[in-house]
Amino acid sequence: MKTFEYFKVASVDEALRLLSMYGNKAKILAGGTDLVVMIDDEMVAPDYIIDIKGINNLKGIEIRDNYLWIGALTTFSEIIHAEIIKEKFPVLFEASKRVASVGVRNRATLVGNICSAVPSLDSAPTLLVLNASVEIKGKEDKLVPIADFFKGPRKTILEKDEIVLGIRIPLETRKYGANYIKLGRYEGEDLAQVGVATFVAEDLEYRIAFCAVAPTPVRALDAEAFLKGKELNTNLLDEVVPLALKAIAPISDVRASKEYRLHTSGVLLKRSLKASFDRLKGNGPSYGINLV
Amino acid sequence: MESKEIKFKLNGKIVRTEVKPYDKLLEVLRDKLGVKSPKYGCGRGECGACSVLLDGKTVRSCLIYAVEVDGHEIVSLEGLQANGLTELQKSFLKHNSFQCGFCAPGMVIQVTELLRENPHPDEEEIREYISGNLCRCTGYNPIVDAVLDVIKNK
Ligand SMILES: Cc1cc2nc3c(=O)[nH]c(=O)nc-3n(C[C@@H](O)[C@@H](O)[C@H](O)COP(=O)(O)OP(=O)(O)OC[C@H]3O[C@@H](n4cnc5c(N)ncnc54)[C@H](O)[C@@H]3O)c2cc1C
Ligand code: FES
Ligand code: FES
Repeated sequence: MKTFEYFKVASVDEALRLLSMYGNKAKILAGGTDLVVMIDDEMVAPDYIIDIKGINNLKGIEIRDNYLWIGALTTFSEIIHAEIIKEKFPVLFEASKRVASVGVRNRATLVGNICSAVPSLDSAPTLLVLNASVEIKGKEDKLVPIADFFKGPRKTILEKDEIVLGIRIPLETRKYGANYIKLGRYEGEDLAQVGVATFVAEDLEYRIAFCAVAPTPVRALDAEAFLKGKELNTNLLDEVVPLALKAIAPISDVRASKEYRLHTSGVLLKRSLKASFDRLKGNGPSYGINLV
Repeated sequence: MESKEIKFKLNGKIVRTEVKPYDKLLEVLRDKLGVKSPKYGCGRGECGACSVLLDGKTVRSCLIYAVEVDGHEIVSLEGLQANGLTELQKSFLKHNSFQCGFCAPGMVIQVTELLRENPHPDEEEIREYISGNLCRCTGYNPIVDAVLDVIKNK
């Protein structure tokens, strides 16, 4: 059995002090739904565990200035139950409901999800299309666009002596529609074979992002540029798919083959764009339902 | 590694116990404290058999180190039925909802949380809440029927 020393810290400064002292030998513990499994599987073997759940100012969801702040300790269940999320960013409510199951979501944090950075992480496509950024504290304070946060499978730009404080999502003043679609092997708890989020604002700015089909979650910028300013129709949907697929590079694994992922990415993208567009126009499916 | 004394509320009573930092809550409950309703199924969060309520929320006790619950409250099935079977449990019995029963404590815990949040969930919501609780015997329908029945009478 792997042994470690356990610290429960009450402030960010205390966490940072331990991190700078122990460096790579330490691991931050939030909900533990990834970390505990990784330790059991011997993928990581920390000598020191820094439990941050006692840091009160990392909790909560609130509007600050011109953005919505989601603290590092906020769980997917808290996001699902927050009125402010349903009101401002119902797509994040929708995406959070696709993560794991209630008993895991009650513990799993959104920030832990992005810090683990597995390619199939369900939160990333939505954070990408909402232009979220990541608040990081270490030797200096950083605010990093979520698109620059991921470096590879299970790799982020976080330094060993840094901690994520929370996520910022810029408040949207325009009318918009958005959604997240996750394809799993079956309904219920499974990691994504393909995940796609889209966003359409009333001035016809489009945003598209995928997970599980590239080493990191990705935006499909060429496809977005192609759609910009255009009213969506079936021809456009057919034309945009090959452009979007250029942004991804799926692999074959136990959950799906590369070919299956490529094909379904196109199918789901069309479905997602249509649903976002319909939601923008006020006649789309209600938020939260499974659009697969 | 050093042991640490933790203190938490377990099924209404304050308990103190010595744990190693890497002891899982599930092991401590079962092997040290004699609370046997949470079961070891997968040990990795996927089956729900080890579910308990932590501060009122269903969690996977196989994914929590016991030290993490210091100062918190844990309720297991033993706590829920301290004063006799709950209406939900009676409905499970009536509908013959379990065969081997291995998933039963987790199901009861998860549905108890659901009914506290929403006393009148629809079938879809019930299925969503138990989607992380695997049952290898029943095919789930008798479980859903039992829940639908108990909310009809509320
Ligand atoms: C059964 C099961 C099913 C799952 N299904 C899904 C799914 O469908 N979709 C999905 O996307 N995910 C799924 N997951 C994974 C998901 O639960 C995790 O990614 C979770 O969101 C991680 O959050 P946590 O709070 O549990 O993080 P932890 O496990 O505590 O930490 C995860 C990693 O992030 C680091 N970390 C955490 N917080 C910070 C911080 N503030 N600053 C710096 N580093 C930090 C930790 O050191 C660790 O390396 C599943 C997990 C399980 C067990
Ligand atoms: S034993 Fe904990 S979820 Fe399976
Ligand atoms: S009754 Fe046997 S696992 Fe559910």
